[in-house]
Amino acid sequence: MPINQADNTDTLLEVKGLWKVFANHPVNISSPDNGTLEDLQNNGAVIAVRDVSFKVKRGEVFVIMGLSGSGKSTLIRCIPRLIEPTKGQIIVKGQNVLDMDEKRLIEFRRYETAMVFQHYGLLPHRTVIENVAFGLKLRGVSLQERQDRARHAIARVGLEGWEKHYPSQLSGGMRQRVGIARALVQESDLLLMDEPFSGLDPLIRREMQDTLARLQKEVNKTIIFVTHDLGEAVRLGDHMAVMRKGEFVQQGTPEEILTNPADEYVERFVAGERVILSGSNRQSIYTSMPNRANKQAMSVPVSAPVAVAGRR
Amino acid sequence: MFPQEWHFHVAPYIDDFVKWLLTAWGPFFDGLSNLVLRMLLQVEHFLKWLPWWAWIVIVSILAWRLTHNWLKTLLPGVLLFSIGMFGLWEVAMETLGIVIIAVLISLVIGIPLGIAMSGSERVNGVITPILDAMQTMPSMVYLIPALLLFGLGKVPGVFATVIYALPPVVRLTNLGIRQVSREVQEAALVFGASRWQMMKEVRFPLAMPTIMAGINQTTMMALSMVVIASMIGAGGLGEEVLKATNRVAVGKGFEAGWAIVVLAIVIDRISQAAAKSWEPPQR
Repeated sequence: MPINQADNTDTLLEVKGLWKVFANHPVNISSPDNGTLEDLQNNGAVIAVRDVSFKVKRGEVFVIMGLSGSGKSTLIRCIPRLIEPTKGQIIVKGQNVLDMDEKRLIEFRRYETAMVFQHYGLLPHRTVIENVAFGLKLRGVSLQERQDRARHAIARVGLEGWEKHYPSQLSGGMRQRVGIARALVQESDLLLMDEPFSGLDPLIRREMQDTLARLQKEVNKTIIFVTHDLGEAVRLGDHMAVMRKGEFVQQGTPEEILTNPADEYVERFVAGERVILSGSNRQSIYTSMPNRANKQAMSVPVSAPVAVAGRR
Repeated sequence: MFPQEWHFHVAPYIDDFVKWLLTAWGPFFDGLSNLVLRMLLQVEHFLKWLPWWAWIVIVSILAWRLTHNWLKTLLPGVLLFSIGMFGLWEVAMETLGIVIIAVLISLVIGIPLGIAMSGSERVNGVITPILDAMQTMPSMVYLIPALLLFGLGKVPGVFATVIYALPPVVRLTNLGIRQVSREVQEAALVFGASRWQMMKEVRFPLAMPTIMAGINQTTMMALSMVVIASMIGAGGLGEEVLKATNRVAVGKGFEAGWAIVVLAIVIDRISQAAAKSWEPPQR
């Protein structure tokens, strides 16, 4: 089932045997067997991430898909240690994030990763340009340089002219463009995206997906992308994993998962999407076909409407 | 009848404690007293040095810049004028001086305390009941320890006022920081904010409107306490009210009371407008 058998040299992120147990008492899962796990759950502990392992190559988009409560948001938060994992290894460029002390961890967050959130997480008292430059400010970059770089990033996401506005003055789609610009300006290799487009209405969501696909062509980041939307996963992902109750039930390319679902759960997930995908007469927004050629063709439109749309 | 042999008094122990405090810590309280008195005199000197019309101009300009509303700009000036008209300008400035010093001391103690409470459940658990007690205690009670430690005059007035006015700014600093959205803090954290940066760039500025509301409350409470503190010789408008009460001079009492209300309104309006200017813009 796991298909990531590429050579290790260009692996940017590797997660090995990751566990996260939420409990209000210290937890020992050094040798997890079914008995101890059951005990834990009976004591009110919640196993949010259960022995998850995966590898992501440099420049790849890895999509983690699952319904709400499947543990996908917890998993992505474990990578920069916004949530402290209970057990396992998170290796980024050969370094285990879980071994880092506080100082090194702050450095890792400042220089090697960036994140985009579902609810944007913008500073309401700062303008667009100040928000975008926020990460650079934390690094201690000079005002002049961070403004130049922030302007550049704002232009990239198509928000020129909005630099002096406040987040409350923008629509949801525009706020998320600010969120993406804030992540891009960091020029970190690893980009974490936690359901970035889930809060947006379908048309804007589609537009943002196209914007992201275009940007990804330009900057070629390594992206971990969490979503509950199979269409989105298929459209954006090079590889994907389906998550349920804290476990990866299947990993593979989108094509593999669509054509060959591992179990009934994935099958059900995929079935709904197939109906939409194959619904021949319906010109729905989900016209994407689950194969590489079409995906490329779809993510190409980069021209004007993408940049302008999303404004009110 | 309660059995005689079960009577037990803590009063002598408290008296002993205070006596000990005064002998062992005498120089400390003297020094503190002198420091506060000097600050107070400086502020009072400045308040009286600036002519009355300059105050009215300053307040009006401030009101205009904060509200951009003609009525709200003119009103404070007119009200202040009425204080001078009643011949209470000098005493009003004395009251204002004590309020300013008491509020400054309250902020220096209260804001760090509120920050500490927001960061630790244990600190929160210890301080909250103390604040509750401070707020339920009748305000006159604070006059007694202030009187004991600093004698009669303006300095004990300042201290009684600080104790009385402290709780709101502590509580609202704590509340404001706790209310800062988790999402925004998470975002700042993932971009590599250190503890200090988190406080300086995210928590404190986002809590600022709430903290300003606390400062406003503290100022209002300080003003009301200064009046009571005149009973231990703090002077100012409170003394005028006290004198009028003793002589049943209703008219004089009204004038002094009016002046206190005017000070309260002017300070309240301006500090509220200032608080608003801290809020992030709504489209």
